[in-house]
Amino acid sequence: MYLLHGKNITCGYDTVDILSECTVGVKKGEIASIVGPNGAGKSTAMKSIFGLLKIRLGKIFLDNEDITNLLPQERVLKGMGYVPQTNNIFPTLSVQENLEMGAFIQHEDFSDILDYVYDLFPVLKEKRNQQAGELSGGQRQQVAVGRALMTKPKVLMLDEPSAGVSPIVMESLFQKIIEIAQQGTAVLMVEQNAKQALEISDLGFVLNQGKNLYTDTGKALLSNKEVRQAFLGG
Amino acid sequence: MEFLNSFILITNYIIIPGLTYGSQLALGALGITIVYTVLRFSNFAHGEFMSFGTMSTILLTWLFIDSNIKFGTFPTAIIVLPFSIIFTIIYCLLVDKFVFKFYRQQKSKSVIALIVSIGVMFFTGGLIRFIIGPGDKNFMDGERFILKAKDFKMLTGLDEGLTIKSTQGVTIILTILLVIILFWFLNKTKTGKSMRAYSDNQELALLSGINPERIVLITWIITGTLACVAGTLYGLDKSYKPFTYLHLVLPIFAAAIVGGVGNPIGAIIGGFVISFSELLITFAYKKFFFYILPDNFLPDGLLQILSTDYKIAVSFIILVLVLLIKPTGIYKGKIIE
Repeated sequence: MYLLHGKNITCGYDTVDILSECTVGVKKGEIASIVGPNGAGKSTAMKSIFGLLKIRLGKIFLDNEDITNLLPQERVLKGMGYVPQTNNIFPTLSVQENLEMGAFIQHEDFSDILDYVYDLFPVLKEKRNQQAGELSGGQRQQVAVGRALMTKPKVLMLDEPSAGVSPIVMESLFQKIIEIAQQGTAVLMVEQNAKQALEISDLGFVLNQGKNLYTDTGKALLSNKEVRQAFLGG
Repeated sequence: MEFLNSFILITNYIIIPGLTYGSQLALGALGITIVYTVLRFSNFAHGEFMSFGTMSTILLTWLFIDSNIKFGTFPTAIIVLPFSIIFTIIYCLLVDKFVFKFYRQQKSKSVIALIVSIGVMFFTGGLIRFIIGPGDKNFMDGERFILKAKDFKMLTGLDEGLTIKSTQGVTIILTILLVIILFWFLNKTKTGKSMRAYSDNQELALLSGINPERIVLITWIITGTLACVAGTLYGLDKSYKPFTYLHLVLPIFAAAIVGGVGNPIGAIIGGFVISFSELLITFAYKKFFFYILPDNFLPDGLLQILSTDYKIAVSFIILVLVLLIKPTGIYKGKIIE
């Protein structure tokens, strides 16, 4: 049973459907990746699940609750965290202020979550008073992920977390993602680096032209000959 | 003694007026900066918002004086300031509701909003002249001086006198107070931080649950307050004439850009850069050199670099130079579109 489930989503921009009857989801405490070639509709799937894009057909469930018609902010309150691919931080705010803004919607005290984020990303604690825009690419991604974690989401959605960072940084970022999942937060992500993403994923969705092509465990997809040849470069 | 005299002369004619005028410009430039960073357009109507605030202050001052409400030697205008601030905020909010909101919802380019603000500027100017008339109004009452030249001379035995007008004292104190409150609000309160977050990245602010309508409301409250205080202080210090505020918007814009567009600290620095350069370039240095040069070295002229008629030109020369050499302004800001 999926914790977050996008069921048979059909949506797109104006009259053109990008996704047709696409199904993705993630279970509690697991990592799921959406992979596929450019233009497969990976980011569109993320946006539609988070409510940034209106869907034409299909339903979205969080914890068995129908959230199809909720606004993105309302989904945040329900327990979803979303990290956009670009422009995912407040550049002139300090690191700490970025995190505080992540918790803006919450009225309770969030100091324990702040400690959790700082434990997860020690470098952010070190640089908490620095402007987020002055950090390196990898550190900025950490700020972005940290900001989304500030509402203690049940599901964290990452749109291309490794975009624009070096392979070494990517590896450590993936390590952090595994840690986040181990703490009980489900992670649904879109990745360009399909191979590395599937290696850490419990579940993988291979999309092509807006349709589900393969859905299987990460390991199974990696060993699937057709998937390897078509999408993982042999 | 001669050196001291020349120092007092400079203090009297450049430093104190420069700090006063600079404070007024800084408050004005802060208002423009806040609107620019949060609502993303250059608000040319800001000078007229200042004028509107001053007009409210004058009308209320007359009302208070007529009703014989007095506060000793304290200027009545400062007492009525909280009320005229409320009027100015209401006016800003009405303008936003009927004009700017439409263009915001259309997601118009900032240059369109800029042109619209020029329309608002002319409308507001007309409205003000319709209500209060185009003539000169002096609304300063109470004690005029904190320090009189005569008293200073008696006290120190120097030839040169130092005067501090109460308006100058009030301007500097109020400016410091307002700036401290503003920076505390922007940097320490949750609402202030959310305002900065909204100006940084609107999309992400929305995702974080920041309500844009509330941010717009707060922006106009701050802008109205700054405009009303800046306008009133300028009017108290010089005198109030609606047309001067039409010109005042130019050095204020120069200040905001010179300091670094979109940066509140830059706006303050810019205000003082503009005010001091205007004064330093248009000041007649003859008397200054009279004190420090030997008698027969003194030239005949006034030793003035430019006549005071060129005041506005000075701020524009600085503006052009800054845009040519360092388009981001003195203090790191955004590049204006």
